[in-house]
Amino acid sequence: MHDMIAYAWLIPAFPFISFLLIGLGVRLYSQKLAGIIATLSIGASFACALTLAITYFGLAPDAEGLRPTLVPWSFIWVDYMEGLRVNLGILVDPISVLLMVVVTTVSLLVHLYSMGYMKGETGYGRYFTWLNLFTFSMLGLVVAPNIIQTYVFWELVGASSFLLIGYYYERGAAVAASKKAFIVTRFADLGFLLGIILLGYVGYPLYQGSGVEGQLFDYTYLTNPQNITALVGTGFLGISLLLIYMGAAGKSAMFPLHIWLPDAMEGPTPVSALIHAATMVVAGVYLVARLFPLFSTTPDVLEFVSYVGLFTCAFAAIIACTQDDIKRVLAFSTLSQLGYMMFALGLASMDQPLGYVASMFHLFTHAFFKALLFLGAGAIIHAVHSNDIWHMGGLKKLMPVTHLTFLIAVLAISGIWPFAGFFSKDEILLAALQGGKNIHFIGGLLVAGLTAFYMARIYFLSFWGSPRSKGSSHAHEAPLIMLIPLCVLAVLSLVGGWVPFSDYVTIGLTEHQGGHGSSIVPILGSLVAILGLGFSWFVYGRGESARSDAIAAKWGMVFGWIKNKFYMDEVYQFITHQMIFRFVATPIAWFDRNVVDGAVNLTGWLTRRASSIFTLIQTGQAQTYGVWFVVGTGVTLIMLWFTKG
Amino acid sequence: MGLLSWLIFIPFFTALAVILTPQPKQIKWVALIGSGIHLLLTAYTAIKLWGVISQETFTADVFAKLYFTEQYDWFKSLGIQYMLGVDGMSMAMVILTSIIIFTGVLASWHVTERPKEFFALLLVLVTGVFGVFLSFDLFLFFMFYEVAVLPMYLLIGVWGTGPKEYSAMKLTLMLMVGSAFILVGLFALYHTSGQGTGVYSFNLNTLASFEYPKSMQAWVFPMIFIGFGILGALYPFHTWSPDGHASAPTAVSMLHAGVLMKLGGYGALRIAVYLLPDGAKEWALFFMGLTTINILYGSFGAIKQKDLKYFTAYSSVSHCGIVLFGVATLNFMGVKGAVLQMFSHGVMTGLFFALIGMVYGRTHTRMIPEMGGLAKVMPWLAVCFYVAGMASLGLPGFSGFIAESHVFIGGFFGNAWNSSVAMQVMTVLATMSIVVTAVYVLRGLGKVFLGPITDSHYLSLTDAGFTEKLTTGILIAVLFLVGVFPQFLIKLIEGSVLPILNRLR
Amino acid sequence: MNLYHFIIFSLFLFSVGIYGVLTRRSAVGILIAIELMLNAGAINLAVFNRYLAPDKVDGQIMALFVMAVAAAEVLVGMAILIMLFRRKKSVDIGQLDILRH
Repeated sequence: MHDMIAYAWLIPAFPFISFLLIGLGVRLYSQKLAGIIATLSIGASFACALTLAITYFGLAPDAEGLRPTLVPWSFIWVDYMEGLRVNLGILVDPISVLLMVVVTTVSLLVHLYSMGYMKGETGYGRYFTWLNLFTFSMLGLVVAPNIIQTYVFWELVGASSFLLIGYYYERGAAVAASKKAFIVTRFADLGFLLGIILLGYVGYPLYQGSGVEGQLFDYTYLTNPQNITALVGTGFLGISLLLIYMGAAGKSAMFPLHIWLPDAMEGPTPVSALIHAATMVVAGVYLVARLFPLFSTTPDVLEFVSYVGLFTCAFAAIIACTQDDIKRVLAFSTLSQLGYMMFALGLASMDQPLGYVASMFHLFTHAFFKALLFLGAGAIIHAVHSNDIWHMGGLKKLMPVTHLTFLIAVLAISGIWPFAGFFSKDEILLAALQGGKNIHFIGGLLVAGLTAFYMARIYFLSFWGSPRSKGSSHAHEAPLIMLIPLCVLAVLSLVGGWVPFSDYVTIGLTEHQGGHGSSIVPILGSLVAILGLGFSWFVYGRGESARSDAIAAKWGMVFGWIKNKFYMDEVYQFITHQMIFRFVATPIAWFDRNVVDGAVNLTGWLTRRASSIFTLIQTGQAQTYGVWFVVGTGVTLIMLWFTKG
Repeated sequence: MGLLSWLIFIPFFTALAVILTPQPKQIKWVALIGSGIHLLLTAYTAIKLWGVISQETFTADVFAKLYFTEQYDWFKSLGIQYMLGVDGMSMAMVILTSIIIFTGVLASWHVTERPKEFFALLLVLVTGVFGVFLSFDLFLFFMFYEVAVLPMYLLIGVWGTGPKEYSAMKLTLMLMVGSAFILVGLFALYHTSGQGTGVYSFNLNTLASFEYPKSMQAWVFPMIFIGFGILGALYPFHTWSPDGHASAPTAVSMLHAGVLMKLGGYGALRIAVYLLPDGAKEWALFFMGLTTINILYGSFGAIKQKDLKYFTAYSSVSHCGIVLFGVATLNFMGVKGAVLQMFSHGVMTGLFFALIGMVYGRTHTRMIPEMGGLAKVMPWLAVCFYVAGMASLGLPGFSGFIAESHVFIGGFFGNAWNSSVAMQVMTVLATMSIVVTAVYVLRGLGKVFLGPITDSHYLSLTDAGFTEKLTTGILIAVLFLVGVFPQFLIKLIEGSVLPILNRLR
Repeated sequence: MNLYHFIIFSLFLFSVGIYGVLTRRSAVGILIAIELMLNAGAINLAVFNRYLAPDKVDGQIMALFVMAVAAAEVLVGMAILIMLFRRKKSVDIGQLDILRH
């Protein structure tokens, strides 16, 4: 069993090989086979990841209750210079193992689901190729032993996300959304890259003196306590971490870089479940957690992280209450939950690691119930052929399995005992309370209520009442291959919370955690959730719009603002098109053609003018030239005469 | 004839063979076989060189270490020699050129107008390019440099499109101005070192063994750097490039953007920085400033272009800016990155222009707004275009990322002679181009390939044929291999970059 | 009579030739003037041979060559002239200014 750690590289290798295989060959001959190979490869990865997890968590923790950080396999990739050598390799530590399990599980289920969902699509093979590419990149990101590898796969998941969002490339909206997702995250990655470079720049002089094993960009080097102290001494750590956080905020769609995520719902629904709910968007959270020992030395940055998280959390939850597209509601819900994770991380410190554990725990449970919600929504969309919740209704009887699993997910995300969300959200609120952050505690509590409200809203509107469109009245249950993943995820959402999580994932001092000292948190949390559900039932329980319309009318102006997502998209549109394209790009293009090129043409013109002046002494008469020649010879002779004396 | 002479003259002999080929249909085959043999010989040389270089250390060298040298007196009285040699940097460039000419011949498979003259000129041109990369006598270097630049006039003027005479004339004249600068600079070096040591020679390492007075370096360095910079599209001397590329036929654009523009960066590094270290220190910030403008200006300029070739040409201006930026950082990583970027950009832009030629051959337009939804009918070309685009915006996994990250890290780390704050500010500005590049690449390609098909007659277009798949496949494989396993190239280059940097100290 | 008399004679002849070449309007006149210049050269050759190296004949041989060349040159010149005359119907040198363009 010990061997599995040494062979951990197999986990990302399977999807990569399968990506090359089906991308270059199989896809062209048999689309169906491509799907099967893709799914099997993820299955193999999943099996390896599970074995790895069992092996790894089977290792005895050390005296402080921490598990070892291992790099069982790596090779030199780029040798920038001594000290900045970058290896590609596999890092095995608690959070990477955790993420590997989550990613392979969700990815396997999404692959299975997609075999049903995407059936009959012309780009079936292409879809699985990209999906494999994504899984490979995500696993590569998760196992990165140094920050450059993280950046490398960070970009690759961005690219595969771009490809998958733009899967329906003939649809203008999908193309625009994919472009937007890539460019916004790319902009954030600029910060990430600069942060890495700055970190290297300030760290390099220290590296030369420290004599510590490893290379500067290695996580083992960066999180080594001795080096951290030295780095803090430079005074630039805060800025570089802030820049790195910018990258994390872009990928995890924190305000104000969140605008790409709702639009990303233009991709196929399983893609949204895998990439834009369960895995890729938590990469930002994962990055901050990965660098947590560094972040914990800069409380200002952590506080910033935490407030941005809280704001995003509330902001997105408010918008989610007004959206009509089921996938957009889920997207805003994802934003909101990511906000939870980020603000929990921001609350933690090496002395009080509860927020860190809570954040990872929420990441873990959220992956399952949010994937389940998306896949359930996919099943509904598959049946109803519409994304609009007002076109649904009455699906409870027509799609019983989907209904049941969706209900479990709604309860889980709302934080109802005994579902997974209850435990993780509880822990986040507890962390806020213990940290003495009342704003976070109250904010988190209110958002929990809002979450219950809007989730119940889409639940009631799609399953209760009577069908409100032709599509929903003719809906039918999804095929078996789509239902299996739903059921598996439902089970995971049910039991996920019971995992003794803090035994596996910890950081820093271990004795402080686990204290469920206060019983006020679970009680308050459940109360708020039930209130949210109840209010939602009051408004939407009958599957009609009468009551909600009344509320909307009463709050007209505010409702309009919220419904239009506070006009953030328009602001960006204005800045990019009206400001940058108009006042930078267009003038430059003009300047180049007219001024710079004009200068060149002017030189040419001047030369021609000068030559036309000189042609005046050219008569074209051989005799004139002869005269010049003779006179010239004479003058030369006379000059020679005088100089020779 | 030694190995390196063969490397230079195989294209020339192929050109002769092309001229003597009676059947027009066989011409392209002759050219392909010639460049194929060259590719094999290049691979052989590279492997052999790698075997030698990987055994050596270069940490203390101050002179370029040359391998497989061939040295004969040519004009003995003037100290001019036929002196060939190869080191890591020039090997990388030879590999690049060999790949580009091979794929360039493949990409011109359907040239029907005067194929004999076309292929002959193309091959003469690369003869010059190989000569430049392999000769270490500066007189010989300059001679090959002119051989490489001049055929371009005819290639664009005869086989081009659009305002071809104007573009060809502009390109040639601007490059000639650059040549004049270089020539004056070379003579200044020759004269000063000759007077100082009593030995007049054009041999690079002999010239390098003399320490030029600072006052003289201060004016010769910018002269030579700008001279080469014109060919490397240094702002504001870059305007020949959009027009020239837009008018040139496919293979010529490939060669020109892919290889010829690299002569600029190569010369700037090999001659200007290597021979004039003090001048380089003095002028580094100035040229970093100009190249920062290059990088941002090119990428912003590309956003608004309507013609695919202009679009790529501006992108080239931006990327070649990164080459010269890397040279101007005078930092080990930066300079290494500059050479890597030359290689990477050469392959990438070759791919771009090859693809543009293929698309143009089908749609008969290069205007971005007139196209749309082409991915539906030509999926292979669309994927290749996106690969090229992703490589150009520096996606890890392709060579562009390796090169750009070297340059940016190097620029940020700075050097010992210039204000590090100024260098960092410029590096940050230059790094911003990765976002702007993403904007124009995705906008441009999205318009051409994605969305609904805009014109019904596009529905009848076909996807890439065999030669086209081969052309693009080779280039993509190179981009990918260098991106995933860059260590081979990096180690190759390192040994030749170190002497240049050691001289600065 | 010594060397100088002959040289002054040939100088005179040559100057007359140059004057003719530069001032004659007629192309035929220019050809004749060129003949004068050539002959001045030929005289120089013969004279120098006679006075400076009397036991050799190189100069006289060269003078013979000059005559032959002069004959050939007149031939070519006349041929060009005839072609020109056919085109322009004139041998006036003032009308021939295509060099300018």
